[in-house]
Amino acid sequence: MPTGRLSRRLSIVLAEDSLLLREGLASILDRAGHDVRDSVGDADTLLAVVRKDPPDLVITDVRMPPGHSDEGLRAAAAIRAELPAIGILVLSQYVADAYLSSLLETTTGGIGYLLKDRVGHVTEFLESLDRVADGGTVVDPEVVRQLLARRRNDGPLAALTPRELEVLALMAEGRVNASIAEQLVVSEAAVRKHVGNIFAKLRLEEGLDRRVSAVLTYLRG
Amino acid sequence: MESPKTAWAALASPRYLISSWPWRSYAYLFTSIPAGALGICVLVGLAAVSAVLSPILIGVLMLTAFPLIGAAIGWSERWRAGLMLVDGISSPHAKLPRGLTLRQRLAFRRREQASMRALGYSFVLGVFLWLVGGAFAGMSATILLTTLAAPIIADNDELGMGPWTLDSAWEGLIFLVLFGPVFYVVSSYLLGVIAGAEASLAKAMLGPRQEELQRNLAELRRSRLDLVDAFETERARIERHLHDGVQQRLVGLTMTLGLAELDLPDGEGRRLVVKAHSEAEAALADLRAAVRGIHPRVLVDHGLEAAVREVADRMPLPVTVQLSTTRLPPPIEAAAYFVVSEALANVAKHAQATKCEVAGWVDRDRLVITIQDDGIGGARLGAGTGLTGLVTRLDALGGTLDVDSPPGGPTRLRMECPCRLGD
Repeated sequence: MPTGRLSRRLSIVLAEDSLLLREGLASILDRAGHDVRDSVGDADTLLAVVRKDPPDLVITDVRMPPGHSDEGLRAAAAIRAELPAIGILVLSQYVADAYLSSLLETTTGGIGYLLKDRVGHVTEFLESLDRVADGGTVVDPEVVRQLLARRRNDGPLAALTPRELEVLALMAEGRVNASIAEQLVVSEAAVRKHVGNIFAKLRLEEGLDRRVSAVLTYLRG
Repeated sequence: MESPKTAWAALASPRYLISSWPWRSYAYLFTSIPAGALGICVLVGLAAVSAVLSPILIGVLMLTAFPLIGAAIGWSERWRAGLMLVDGISSPHAKLPRGLTLRQRLAFRRREQASMRALGYSFVLGVFLWLVGGAFAGMSATILLTTLAAPIIADNDELGMGPWTLDSAWEGLIFLVLFGPVFYVVSSYLLGVIAGAEASLAKAMLGPRQEELQRNLAELRRSRLDLVDAFETERARIERHLHDGVQQRLVGLTMTLGLAELDLPDGEGRRLVVKAHSEAEAALADLRAAVRGIHPRVLVDHGLEAAVREVADRMPLPVTVQLSTTRLPPPIEAAAYFVVSEALANVAKHAQATKCEVAGWVDRDRLVITIQDDGIGGARLGAGTGLTGLVTRLDALGGTLDVDSPPGGPTRLRMECPCRLGD
C-alpha cells in the first residue's frame, strides 16, 4: 500500500472543476496519507486559497472556469512567480507542449506536467508527487516522447548524441539513474557517464541543481 | 451562332429581320401602354387623393408610400424588360434583414435609393415612354397591316397611302410588293432602336448600381461566413461535450481501476482489472486524438503557430515550421490549421518524402501558408482528398488553395486567406 512508503505528509491544494475527478483525486491522495487541505473548482479560488496559506504542493487542471481555457495554467504561473517554494503539478488532458512551455518560462524545478491518465497509475503518480514536492521536474512520458520526436537542428541540444538525448528524455520524466539504467538496459555507471557528458555539453555550472536545469534546457529546447 | 442577348446585339446581327426581335420590340412597346397608363393613373390618383387629404395626417402618410409604388412598378417593369434583355435585370434591392415586422419591412424598402429610382422610372414611363413607344408601335403596326391588306382593300374601295391613291387590286398588289418589304425593314429597325433604348433606360434605372452589386456580393459572403461560423460553433460544442463529459468519466474510471489494482491480491481478478485499466487508457488516447481532430484546444488557447507545431511534432518525418503570424479570427485560424494538418497527413501517407517545410506569414492583409515536401509529387485537389472540404471553407472566407505537384515532385501547397472576416 502506498501509505507504507510515504516519504512525507504533504499539504496539498487541489484545483479541478470536475467534481468526479476532484473526489477521485482527493480519495487517492487521502489514502496515500496526504493532507488535501482545500479542493477548489476554479482558478480564482485557487489563487486566493494559496495566497492565504501556502501549501507544500498545488495540483491543478489546465482547463478551468470561468473561461474553460488555460486558467489553471495561468494560476500556476502566478503562484510560481509569487511563491516559488510551492511545488506545482499540472494535470492535463492534452499532450500539447505549448502548455508546458508557458509553464517552464518562469520556473527552475518543482514542477510537474502529467496527463490525467497517469493518476490511475496510483503508485507512480504518488512518486511523481513526491519528486515535484522535492523540487524535481516530472514531465509526462507521452509529452517527452513527442518532444523527442521533434528533430532539433539548433540550440544547445544539437551537441548531444542520440543516446544522450534518450537519457535526458528519461531524466525529464523524473527518473533517477537506476531507473534510467534499467530502462535502457545498461549499467548505472554508463548512465552516470552520459549524465556527466550532458551536463558538460549543456555547460551547466556546478552548484545549481544540474539535473533539473538539464531537463529544463531539454524541455525548452 | 449564339443568339443575341440584347436588342443592340440583335440589331447588329445580319439575321435581325428574320429573327424574333422585331416582334419582341412590338410586344415590348405595346405592353408599355397598359403598364405606363396604369402606373400614371395610380400615381396621379394617389397624388390627388393625398393632396385632398393633406390637411389631415393620412394624406402626408400616403405621400410617403410613393417610393413603394415605384418599387412595385419597378418590379413588374424588370419582369417586362425580359422581352428585350434575355438575361433580365437583377434586383437592386437589398435582402431584408431577418425578424422585421411588415411595417419595418415596408419602411426599409421605402428608404432604399433603388425605390426612389424606380419611382423616377415610373414617372418617365407614365408621362412619356408609353406614349412614344405606343404611338410608334401602333402607327407602324397599322401601316404594316394596311399594306398587307392593300390588294383586298383597294379592290373594294379607294385606298390612300400617303402620296399614292390605290383603287384596284393590282395597284394594291404592286404597292404591297414594292412598299411592303421596304417598310418592314425601316420600321423593324426603327422600333428595335426605340424598344432597345427603352429597355436600356429601364436597366439603367431599375438595375443595381455598382455599390448595390457589391453589397449583394457582401451579403452572399456574409451568409456563407455564417455557415462557417455555425460549423465552427458546433465543433466547439462537440469538443466541449467530449472533454467535459466522456473524457472526465474515462479518467475517473482509470482512477477507480488504479485504486482497485492496489487493493486486489495477485490473481485472475487483478489481472482482469489491470487489463481493463489499460483498455480504458487506450480509449482515452483514442478520444484525445479524436478531440484534437474536431477542435484542437491548443489552437484556441495558443494560436496557429503552437497548434501547427503540435501537428508537426506528431509527424513521422521531420517538419520545420516557420510561422510569423499574430492571432487571427477563429474561423481563419481553424481553416489554416486544418489545411496544414490535412496537408501534412497527406505528405506522411502518400508523398514518400524525407522532410517537409511549413511556412506562414502575413502579406499585407492576407495570410499565406505554404507546405512543401521533397516527395514524389502527383498530388491534386479532387475527390477523395481531405482537402476538398477545406477548399470550400476557404472559399467562404475569401481564400484560395493551390497545389503545385508535378509528377516526380516536389509538392507545394499554397493557401491564401484574408486576415479579416468579411473583406
